[in-house]
Amino acid sequence: MITLSNVHKSFGDNHVLRGVDLHVERGTSMVIIGGSGTGKSICIKTVLGLVTPERGTITVDGQDVTQTKDRDAFLARFGMLFQAAALFDSLPVWQNVAFRLMRGSLKRPKDEAREIAIEKLRRVGLTADVADRLPAELSGGMQKRVGLARAIAADPEIIFFDEPTTGLDPIMAGVINDLIREIVTEMGATTMTITHDMTSVRTIADNVAMLHGGKIRWTGPVADIDAAHDPYLDQFINGRAEGPIETVR
Amino acid sequence: MRLLAGIGAVTLGLLGAIGRVAMFLGATLTHLVRPPFYPREFALALLNIGWLSLPVVGLTAIFTGGALALQIYAGGARFNAEAVVPQIVAIGMVRELGPVLVGLMIAARVTSSIAAEIATMKVTEQIDALVTLSTHPMKYLTVPRVLAATLAVPLLVGVGDIIGIFGGYAVATGTLGFNAAAYIQNTVDFLELRDVVSSLVKGAVFGCLAALMGCYFGMNSGRGAQGVGRATKGSVEAAAVLILAANFVLTGVFFSV
Repeated sequence: MITLSNVHKSFGDNHVLRGVDLHVERGTSMVIIGGSGTGKSICIKTVLGLVTPERGTITVDGQDVTQTKDRDAFLARFGMLFQAAALFDSLPVWQNVAFRLMRGSLKRPKDEAREIAIEKLRRVGLTADVADRLPAELSGGMQKRVGLARAIAADPEIIFFDEPTTGLDPIMAGVINDLIREIVTEMGATTMTITHDMTSVRTIADNVAMLHGGKIRWTGPVADIDAAHDPYLDQFINGRAEGPIETVR
Repeated sequence: MRLLAGIGAVTLGLLGAIGRVAMFLGATLTHLVRPPFYPREFALALLNIGWLSLPVVGLTAIFTGGALALQIYAGGARFNAEAVVPQIVAIGMVRELGPVLVGLMIAARVTSSIAAEIATMKVTEQIDALVTLSTHPMKYLTVPRVLAATLAVPLLVGVGDIIGIFGGYAVATGTLGFNAAAYIQNTVDFLELRDVVSSLVKGAVFGCLAALMGCYFGMNSGRGAQGVGRATKGSVEAAAVLILAANFVLTGVFFSV
């Protein structure tokens, strides 16, 4: 469904992506792992058009993402949970969740949008009383859940999760991981998750890809990662300081 | 040789910056006439830039008008021209001090606020989030603010002109012994339509520049708190300089003989 072929991206002298090849099947959950600064987030941002690659092609359902004529309709297929939730400070929680439902091609009446927002908030374990609060009044874990509710508000076909558990305590991280797995399973969505949290990987993933040195170093089913015998993957999933991956990057 | 290279680099940098701002203005104007429109964002910007700026504009204008009356009276006394206080206060406030001071106050209050808000949104990926939610940041953030400032600042300038003249009137009639009715009559008789029109046009241009600089620097901010700080500082500096430069040009256009 989503295919990246030979994708390159640099920022000045920093050649972050050096020919990424990756394929994500429809209805599956792909988790991209790798160290900090290896370009995991850039990968998903290239799919959404937030970052333009210098070389390579990215297709969704066989269509080149740079050639999409109706950008609104294209983006309406996606939901995204950002690393720090990226909630709009000036809007109350329910308007954050219902943002897409209040404008553009998916616009609904205000009351209906609010009802959907509250239903999605309940789905991520938040009660209706947070709906009228501002994002700054919520804890980090609650903000993450609101971000998750916003990502699924319009029932997208494809959902991206950028480091969904970063900055959360282990219990809240577990709650978010379980929520993501449940939502992905019940919605049948295609998902790409960026993380370096191995608990997330084992909870969320159907397939795993490891990004290292600007390329996909290893990819395969999550069940195979422990027996992969790739020294880079082995060092990463076991969190060892010694190994082929330089610890000072 | 090194000096020439330095001058060349600065010139190229300046031309590049002018080009980028011109392209940003062009994009803003293009999005201004193409739907979707965001009336709620426009109304909020109008409230913030227009209504909430009234206290600072009013205070700036009244003190400036009062000080101007005192200065003109003291200066005019040197050659027996104390009686021109109403006329000079009116012309000074309406043609120059009203628009320029309101423009600079807007640069300080609004440009900085817009730049800091948008830069923070960029740093915290809220701009990226807007894009993924099928909302163009230029349409949602820039157009409402630039349009609101272009419409609201002329009104603020008009209010500032009136309050400034009132400040001069209060000082002149309260402490300098001017007759109240004669002061008002002299002010009204001396002002021309061209003075008022130039004041409002300057207000519109200054408002547009102030909001445009806030949005431009916010959208192009660097990373982290330092990036937000630099964007905010740069936006106020650029807006202030552009307002003063535009004032010079517009004064030439309206009043060159």
